[in-house]
Amino acid sequence: MDVLKKIPVREQEPKVRAANFEEVCYGYDQKEAMEEATRCINCKNAKCIEGCPVAINIPGFIAEVKEGRFEEAYQVISQASALPAVCGRVCPQESQCEGRCIRGVKGEPVSIGKLERFVADWARENNIKPEPAKEKKHHKVAVIGSGPAGLTCAGDLAKMGYDVTIFEALHEAGGVLIYGIPEFRLPKEKVVAKEIENVKALGVKIETNVVIGKATTIDELMEEEGFEAVFIGSGAGLPKFMGIPGENANGVFSANEYLTRNNLMKAFQEDYDTPIARGKKVAVVGGGNVAMDAARTALRLGAEVHIVYRRSEEELPARVEEVHHAKEEGIIFDLLTNPVEILADDNGWVKGMRCICMELGEPDSSGRRRPVEVPGSEFELELDTVIMSLGTSPNPLISSTTEGLEINKWKCIIADENNGKTTKEGVYAGGDAVTGAATVILAMGAGKAAAKGIDEYLSAR
Amino acid sequence: MYPITKARTLADKIFLMDVKAPRIARHCEPGQFIIAKTDEAGERIPLTICDYDREAGTITIVFQIVGASTERMSHLKEGDAFQDFVGPLGCPSEFVHEDLETLKKKRILFVAGGVGTAPVYPQVKWMKEHGIDVDVIVGAKTKDMLILEEEMKEVAGNLYITTDDGSYGTPGMVTGVIEELSKEKGIHYDTCVAIGPMIMMKFVCLMTKDLGIPTIVSLNPIMVDGTGMCGACRVTVGGEVKFACVDGPEFDGHLVNFDEAMKRQQMYKTEEGRAMLKLQEGDTHHGGCGHCGGDK
Repeated sequence: MDVLKKIPVREQEPKVRAANFEEVCYGYDQKEAMEEATRCINCKNAKCIEGCPVAINIPGFIAEVKEGRFEEAYQVISQASALPAVCGRVCPQESQCEGRCIRGVKGEPVSIGKLERFVADWARENNIKPEPAKEKKHHKVAVIGSGPAGLTCAGDLAKMGYDVTIFEALHEAGGVLIYGIPEFRLPKEKVVAKEIENVKALGVKIETNVVIGKATTIDELMEEEGFEAVFIGSGAGLPKFMGIPGENANGVFSANEYLTRNNLMKAFQEDYDTPIARGKKVAVVGGGNVAMDAARTALRLGAEVHIVYRRSEEELPARVEEVHHAKEEGIIFDLLTNPVEILADDNGWVKGMRCICMELGEPDSSGRRRPVEVPGSEFELELDTVIMSLGTSPNPLISSTTEGLEINKWKCIIADENNGKTTKEGVYAGGDAVTGAATVILAMGAGKAAAKGIDEYLSAR
Repeated sequence: MYPITKARTLADKIFLMDVKAPRIARHCEPGQFIIAKTDEAGERIPLTICDYDREAGTITIVFQIVGASTERMSHLKEGDAFQDFVGPLGCPSEFVHEDLETLKKKRILFVAGGVGTAPVYPQVKWMKEHGIDVDVIVGAKTKDMLILEEEMKEVAGNLYITTDDGSYGTPGMVTGVIEELSKEKGIHYDTCVAIGPMIMMKFVCLMTKDLGIPTIVSLNPIMVDGTGMCGACRVTVGGEVKFACVDGPEFDGHLVNFDEAMKRQQMYKTEEGRAMLKLQEGDTHHGGCGHCGGDK
């Protein structure tokens, strides 16, 4: 074994997986996990923990894996994370824990994500559950949204003994884990549903089909239903469009719609009613993780897929692993390319997209080099489907119906990042609803901080 | 689960159901809609609320079979239940928030077409409950397709019925009656609310624009979540892109781009048709859908 290198993880062959929705990565088995664990040098001042938004005791759990004590390893992770099987799969480890790993200085960092995933999967297969609180506190807390922020906040509060109810607008709990991230990256029944069951096992109640701001309001929850504190983890759900001509043509979708049809409504399965456009030639506009998910979904539904992104490969915001997987599967990257118009046929259906070539100029406010148009470089791409993956913004449904809850100019709820406190007493918030579109793990970190904030608030009452 | 407390057939392929959903019944207003899902495999179907009973905690919906999911929905009986039922979604009709005294001075016309009679009903009922008599025109293809006539009679000031084939009421289209009331009888309406098939709303709007009657329409485009998340329901109103689910479903009809909206409604026509054929014909399906290749 080369100690400078990660134990490789087994994956489905690119050609095979490009035509199915089964999980791409198989994960480590016991032997591989224990071998990879020996690469951790158990730093006293572990940088990886600092890199983790929920501060998992990483060397602590890896030490247990090394010895084959997987249940103990799971309990170490559980102290900090409610969704380890999810995080092990979708966290951007390269810029967090693994990005700080000392091993990475001279070689590859320890494969922390894959180890976390192994431990969580092992615990699930062996039916190990986190322990519910021994003592109940008689305070009711409402959590709005059952995505990563809400589940984490609810789980943590339940472990402290609070009586927690989650309100979810959709018909299934999980938020972006259910409607956004596809099956091939995050299996729904095997992984997400089980993690949610674990949160329920802690005593958390989940009421689906309740749109806060419509069916009831935060003020009513607090004044009439006896909730003493509320956590808002409603995410950033509103899709952005480019505002270019032709964008309302048939065959132009937001990535949110495309993924929701496929993931939540299971349009890829024959026996489900919800339809999805199975394009032959699809362009996905954007370069983030969601763009990769949409592209790889369209590919699996049988299309030739192009990623159209206005900057270069270096600036792609998606995780390196996702870009790598997408390329392996045959996604075509049209970089330094920006759409200017969508072309439709007489029936209103997409027939192509006019694009312009870009080059990189001076760095902009984000520090990335600003793409500028190359004059006279316009060309047409022949297409039948366009998926816009340009990011999302928070839904105003809650902020506009809650007295005293302030938002900033991006319509994000204003909240203290240390404890989730908003401008309204007893109301806390975190995740994409506060930060705008970010990652699963950052939302979990915010949910965790807010659980602590709510505990302090209710304990002082 | 959301139990069905009443189910009846109103006309061929048109059904009415009362569904127990106390949270929705407590807060809904005329103009809003719900999303219903029959079972695990069903679609999320948006339906404008037809009536509500706050005390009983029930919502009344009316729907027509248009695809596989609504076909399955039509088999539900009293005592069965919807797996999912969410709402109230969208904004209430504007008049709900208008000053009542100003509203009472207005002459208001409602125009309902086909199954669109159902969403018009709670608005007319609301008017009646607030002491306002309004004129209502209901259009149907034929006598047998006319729905909620008795209910409407009870709440409308004047009720005018037309059928395309002349089998009942005045023969012809709703636009004919609008013309008659405005031009021949010289009634000046201050506002008009038109709900029905997209093509009907388009022609009503063309006419009321000529007549100078501000007109509200209720759109029912393709939707998935109904909370602003997917953008499937986007519609161009006055040159701006709006999401019907959160910005609507009611809009100024004179500003709606109906041609685009009608094209967008065709988006899944073939897919829906396929699902429908599969359901009706099952294993006996051997072509004709244009997709399976069975007839080649």
